[in-house]
Amino acid sequence: MLMRIQMKKFTPQRIWILIAYTAAAAALFSAPLFVSDFRLNLLAKFLAFAIVALGLDLIWGFTGILSLGHGIFFGLGAYAMAMYLKLAASGGKPPDFMGWSGLKELPLFWQPFQNFWFAVAMGIAIPAFLALVLGYFTFRNRIRGVYFTILTQALVIITTTLLIGQQAFTGGTNGITGYSTVLGYSIGSPETKRVLYYVTVAALIAIFIFCRYVIGSRFGKVLRAIRDGENRVRFIGYNPAIYQMVVFTISAGIAGVAGMLFVLHVGIISPSMLGIVPSIEMVLWVAIGGRGTLVGAALGAILMNWAKSEFSTAYPQGWLFFMGLLFVVVVVFLPKGVAGLIGQIKFRRKRREPNHEGVRNPAV
Amino acid sequence: MKKRMFYQFSLLLVAVTIVLAGCGGNNNKTASTNGETDKATNTANSGSNAEGEIKVGILHSQSGTMAISEVSVIDAEMMAIDEINAAGGVLGKKIVPVLEDGASDWPTFAEKARKLISEDKVATVFGGWTSASRKAMKPVFEELNGLLWYPVQYEGLESSPNIFYTGATTNQQIVPSVSWLLENRGKKFYLLGSDYVFPRTANLVIKEQLKAEGGELVGEEYTPLGHTDYSTLISKIKEAKPDVVYNTLNGDSNVAFFKQLKDAGITAKDLTTLSVSVAEEEIRGIGVDVLEGHLAAWNYYQTTDTPANKTFVENYKKKYGDERVTADPIEAGYTAVYLWAAAVEKAGSVEVDKVKEAAKELEWDAPEGKVKIDGATQHIYKTVRIGEVQADGQFKELWNSGEAVKPDPYLKGYDWAASIQPTE
Repeated sequence: MLMRIQMKKFTPQRIWILIAYTAAAAALFSAPLFVSDFRLNLLAKFLAFAIVALGLDLIWGFTGILSLGHGIFFGLGAYAMAMYLKLAASGGKPPDFMGWSGLKELPLFWQPFQNFWFAVAMGIAIPAFLALVLGYFTFRNRIRGVYFTILTQALVIITTTLLIGQQAFTGGTNGITGYSTVLGYSIGSPETKRVLYYVTVAALIAIFIFCRYVIGSRFGKVLRAIRDGENRVRFIGYNPAIYQMVVFTISAGIAGVAGMLFVLHVGIISPSMLGIVPSIEMVLWVAIGGRGTLVGAALGAILMNWAKSEFSTAYPQGWLFFMGLLFVVVVVFLPKGVAGLIGQIKFRRKRREPNHEGVRNPAV
Repeated sequence: MKKRMFYQFSLLLVAVTIVLAGCGGNNNKTASTNGETDKATNTANSGSNAEGEIKVGILHSQSGTMAISEVSVIDAEMMAIDEINAAGGVLGKKIVPVLEDGASDWPTFAEKARKLISEDKVATVFGGWTSASRKAMKPVFEELNGLLWYPVQYEGLESSPNIFYTGATTNQQIVPSVSWLLENRGKKFYLLGSDYVFPRTANLVIKEQLKAEGGELVGEEYTPLGHTDYSTLISKIKEAKPDVVYNTLNGDSNVAFFKQLKDAGITAKDLTTLSVSVAEEEIRGIGVDVLEGHLAAWNYYQTTDTPANKTFVENYKKKYGDERVTADPIEAGYTAVYLWAAAVEKAGSVEVDKVKEAAKELEWDAPEGKVKIDGATQHIYKTVRIGEVQADGQFKELWNSGEAVKPDPYLKGYDWAASIQPTE
C-alpha cells in the first residue's frame, strides 16, 4: 500500500493522508514530552492492546473468522516474555514460585528462556504455531462460523486450566510477576519505560503498515472474498483453508507480540488475563472501534481502555454502568463502530450533494 | 477508498489529541479543584500538598467476583478513617481516602496502585484480597517505594519491605489448626481446595506437617473456582473415610459443598470439617442450617471477647446496619488503618521509610486482642482461634493459642518445612 502511494501521483488527498499518518506518528512519538510517567505507562499498555486489535481485525473484519480465543495467543506471548524476565530477576535460578511448589531444579523447557531473543522468538512462534495447528484441523475440515468460535473458546478453557493446574511450572493463578531487569536495564526506571514505550509505538506502526500491506495485496483480496462468499472463492479455484490458516497464524503472532509488550509495561501475567472475559473484551474493542477498518480497531482498543481507566477512577462504584452505556450507544447509534461514524457523516453529506464518484465505497 | 482512509486518519489524529489532552489536562486539574472533581467522590485531584489533609488510597475490588468480600473491608477501613478523623486525625491532619476499583482483575490492581502512588501521591494504600492481586501490586509498591497494608490471611512465603500484612500467615492459622485437629479429631486428613495458589500452597504445607506430626493423607482434590457439583467428590470422601476434611474452598463453592454434604446425610457429628475461608459473612451466604457444628480457624470472630471488639462491633452495626456482621478480614482491615495511623503519629511524618521504622514492634489493642508488628517480617503477632459455627450464625471459640503468635511467613521455625522454604 505504502509503495503504491509512493508510486502513484500525489493528489491533494494522498498528501493529506500522509500528513495525517505523519502527524499521528509524531504525536505518539512525542507523547513522553507531554505526559507523566504514569500516563505514559497507561498509554503504552493501550497501544499494546491496539496491536492485538489489529491482528483480530485482520481475521474478523477482513476474513470473517470470529476468534474468541485471542486471549490465549496474547497470553502465550506474554508468558514467553515473563519467563525471560523472571529468570533475569532470579539470575537463572528456579523462580520463587517453583520453590513453594516443591520444585528445586529449573525445568528443561524453562532454560532457553534465559536468552532474551529466544524468548522473543518463542513469544511469536508459539502462538503462531498453536494457531496453525488449530487452523489446520478446523479450516481444512471446513469447520467455520460459530463452530470455529466455540472451538477457540474451548482452547481458552484448556489453556487456562493447564496454566492454573501446573503451578510449579507456571506460577498458577498468581501468574508470573516480580521482574527486575530487561536486557540488563532496570525495568522500573523511567528511562527504560520510555524506551519500551517507543518500542511499542514502533511495533504498532510497523504492524499497522504490515496489515495495510496484507489487506491491500492480492492475498488480502482473497481474504475479503472469503468473508463475503467462501463457496464462491472455492469454486473459482482457490483453497480458502490455506488462506484462513495463514491469516489466523499471522493474527496469533501479532497477538503474541502484543502480549510480550503488555508484560513489559504491566509487570505481571496470570491466567485470568488470557481467560474468556479478556478474549471477548478484545473482540469488543474491534466491534466498538469499527470492524473492517484497521484504524477503527486500533482506536477502539485505545478508546475503550482509556474510558475504562478514566471512568473507574472518577466513579469507582458505578463505572461499569458508564461502560455499559457506552456499549449501548455505540451498538444502537454507530453500528459500524466509531470509525463508521465518519463514514455515516460523509454518506449523508454525499446524498445531499452527489459528487461524481456516485457509488459508496465498499467496506474497506 | 482514499478519501475514507483520509477520514480514518484524521479520526486517529483527533483521538490521539484527545488522549494527550486528557493526560496533560489531568496534571493541571491539580491546581483547580472544581465542582466536578468534588462530585466524583473521593477522587478529588486536590494535590497532596493541600494543608491539613493526608491522602490514603483504598484499593479493593468494587466490581467483579471478589467485590462481595472486599466491599465489607472497604467499609471497615472507611469506618476506621472516620473514627480517626473524628478524634482529630493524624498529626492534626484529616485523612482523605481516595477510592479505586481493582475490579477483581490483577493488572487493574497494578495500574491503580501505580496511579494512587504517582498521581494521587497517597501516603499509603490499604488494599487487596486475593494473593494474585497482592502479587500484582507488590512490584509497583517496591518500585515506587509505596506502602501497602494487606488485610487477608494468605499462604505466607512472602515478606516485602513495602507491604504490611495484617492477616495471618500460615503459622498463625493453618499450622496450629492442623496440630489441634491431629490432637483432638483424628489422624486421617482429606484436603479439599479450590484450584489456585492459596489452597495449593497451603496444602503443600499441611502435607509436610502431616508427615512430621504423624498424620495420614487419605485424599487431596482441587476444584476450579466457582465449581458447584460436589456429589462425586463427596462419594470419594465417603470412600476414603477421613477423620477430618481440611477445606480451602473459596467463595460460592463452599455453598455447594456444604449443602451437598448435608444432602448426602453427613453432618458435623459424622465428619469434622475445618475451613479457612468461611467466616461470619460466608455463613450468612451459605446458611447456618448446613454449617452448624462445622469448624473454622481464624484470628478473630465477631464473638471474640475483648473490650475493643465490643465497641468495634457496635459501631460497625450502627454505621452499616444491624444485619451486618464483622469477620476476620474486616477486622484486619480496620486494624491496618489504626496501625498505620499510630505509626505515622510515632514517626511524626507520612514518609514511607520513617513510617516503616516507627511501625517496628508497634503495639495496638485491636478487636482481636493485643497485636504487635513484627519489625523483621512486617507481619503482625496474632492469636490463633478455632471456632465452631453456632445456630445463630456466630462462632463459639473452642480453642485459642493463649498468646499472640509470632509471625513466621517462611516457616523457618519448623524443621519439617525445609522443603518448602525458598532456596537462597
